[in-house]
Amino acid sequence: MKKVLTGNFAAAYGATAAKVNVISAYPITPQTTIVEILSEIVADGLLNADFIKVESEHSALAACIGAQAAGARTFTATSAQGLALMHELLHWATRGRLPIVLANVNRAMAPGWSIWADATDSVAQRDTGCMQIYCENNQEVFDSILMSYKIGEHTELLLPTIVNLDAFFLSHTSQIVDLYDQETIDRFLPSYNPEIKLDIENPRAFGGLTSPDYYYEFSYKIQLAHEKAKEIIEEVGKEFYRFFNREYHLSEPYRCDDADMILVDYGTIAGTAKDAVDRMRDKGIHVGVLKIRYLRPFPEEQVIDILKNAKKVGVIDRAISYGHEGPFFTEVKASLYGYRIPIYGFIAGLGGRDVSIVDIESMVDYMQGNKPANHIWIGLKK
Amino acid sequence: MSNKTKGQKIKLTLPIEEVMSPGHLACQGCGATLALRYTLKALGRKTIMSIPACCWSVIDGPFPYSAAGVPIYHCAFETAASTASGISHALAQLGQDNVTALAWAGDGGTFDIGLQALSGAAERGDNVIYIVYDNEAYMNTGIQRSSATPHGAWTTTTPVKHYKRGPKKNIMAIMAAHHVPYCATANIAYPEDFIRKVKKAKNIMGTKFIHLYAPCPTGWKHPPDITIQVARLATLTNVFPLYEIDNDVYTINKKIQKAKPVSEYLKLQGRFRHLSEKEVQFIQRTVDQNWKRLLKLEEAFRNEKN
Repeated sequence: MKKVLTGNFAAAYGATAAKVNVISAYPITPQTTIVEILSEIVADGLLNADFIKVESEHSALAACIGAQAAGARTFTATSAQGLALMHELLHWATRGRLPIVLANVNRAMAPGWSIWADATDSVAQRDTGCMQIYCENNQEVFDSILMSYKIGEHTELLLPTIVNLDAFFLSHTSQIVDLYDQETIDRFLPSYNPEIKLDIENPRAFGGLTSPDYYYEFSYKIQLAHEKAKEIIEEVGKEFYRFFNREYHLSEPYRCDDADMILVDYGTIAGTAKDAVDRMRDKGIHVGVLKIRYLRPFPEEQVIDILKNAKKVGVIDRAISYGHEGPFFTEVKASLYGYRIPIYGFIAGLGGRDVSIVDIESMVDYMQGNKPANHIWIGLKK
Repeated sequence: MSNKTKGQKIKLTLPIEEVMSPGHLACQGCGATLALRYTLKALGRKTIMSIPACCWSVIDGPFPYSAAGVPIYHCAFETAASTASGISHALAQLGQDNVTALAWAGDGGTFDIGLQALSGAAERGDNVIYIVYDNEAYMNTGIQRSSATPHGAWTTTTPVKHYKRGPKKNIMAIMAAHHVPYCATANIAYPEDFIRKVKKAKNIMGTKFIHLYAPCPTGWKHPPDITIQVARLATLTNVFPLYEIDNDVYTINKKIQKAKPVSEYLKLQGRFRHLSEKEVQFIQRTVDQNWKRLLKLEEAFRNEKN
């Protein structure tokens, strides 16, 4: 079944289709319609779930942690300040090995108050151990939520996932989304039945005092899970293709095969960049796009494989790590260590500033006429 | 329940089953340890606990050990209530309504950092029992003042020259203001009263709150073998009266005919050793006033209901 949906509706319908048992969330612009629609879906009995309407994002994720540990499939959604307030508990979800799925509407951090697109909120959660997806369109939002449960709940992973969608460009923009049929979704994603949970028949303490004798190995196991996740993400992507005829990977190249220059990006800028590439190709410029879907686990092998033959690489960040450079640029540059490829770091669109096709073309112009630099600010007012 | 010993029948006033095992890491004479032992005697094994950062995150034992005998989720400091809310809703969704979700937190995790989450759970009416074992300071981190620390007390952050000034936060009034179906105070020196209250809470739907008095010999600077004596004196002096608020109706469970002077309670504890006679008199007046207020609350709300 196809519907015209905003990204927020796609996220809410994704959680509904995944038949989550417990939802716990707190409203924040521009995530709000996710909690509104889920409240209605639960109230109307279209989803048999408990919706805990908590008093903060911190409690939202804490309640998901408690519920997931007790054996429920859980969902929450937030944005910017709310995600920052959850920071402590993102670590808790990972170290507790709880495959919670969280939709985050990428929004700029205050002050000044901004409700517009910026990935700095989620990039700042990079080291929490949560898997992170950046979506290009609303179909990808819906599909990523379904796949994230399947991937995260894999017994060798047991990891939470943050599914990111850009404020307004996706959250409040309507696109056609195929919702499939529920029976097929149920076959793709069976109900959650964890082997290890809070169980009165087998009373255990979870997360207690852990000496240096154990903590180190626990950390190593999380790293192993992330390494394994790269395989599982590709496997589940293939399975998803068989069920729903849509293809997903850790990253997605577009017209890269014969490209001299490749632009690496994520989120909605990837869509704009693809259009820009088509226009530039028409003018005879051999340029391609590599969209990064997963910040964690980072698809280093795919990045190397796709970029290694390019003559120049540019990375577009709608985020900034102050005092250094764009965070995805750092990742891509580190992946290409040892390859002698000039690599350009572009900062664009912070706080929801529009990034147009012309802006993307100006980046390619820059790469053609200048030496590489680590943070080239596009569209900066003089 | 009765038990035969040397041909005699002895009437036991507490449930005989021990859910908690003895191999824990508590200090000698720890009130909080007795507290959980009694709680689990009352609730039994069909209990799942959330425990935030507090003495009990150590007492239960390091990974992979656990002394409690029921499943525990060690949660973030400020999340005892919200984690228990999640557990409770999951149990309801998964058809395990016969299992009790218990939030078990210290005074710091309740009066201070966890107050928002507790207020949220209470306002929503989530089906959890929340027990705060109050030892009147951050004991696990080494005796720092909390908003449950009473006037006059020494702690490591309220040294003798700057001892705690100002009253202990009235957590019962805060919880009563949420109109939860049941709140009660309890004291480890009165286990029958405490166990009755926990069992009562178990059979009520919604958020139940128990403010449990649990001395800490390490932090209060009294010998570990007088923990019960100190705890009992807190009630016998009216420093910590035993009462319950059942659907907004106050009932005082133990009315002391002739309350002992608070100095008898204070003088057993090193944390009050520096107090002047004037300060002791001030504390006595405050205790007397609070007791009078409690008597009035009992009378007023009883009349209101009738």
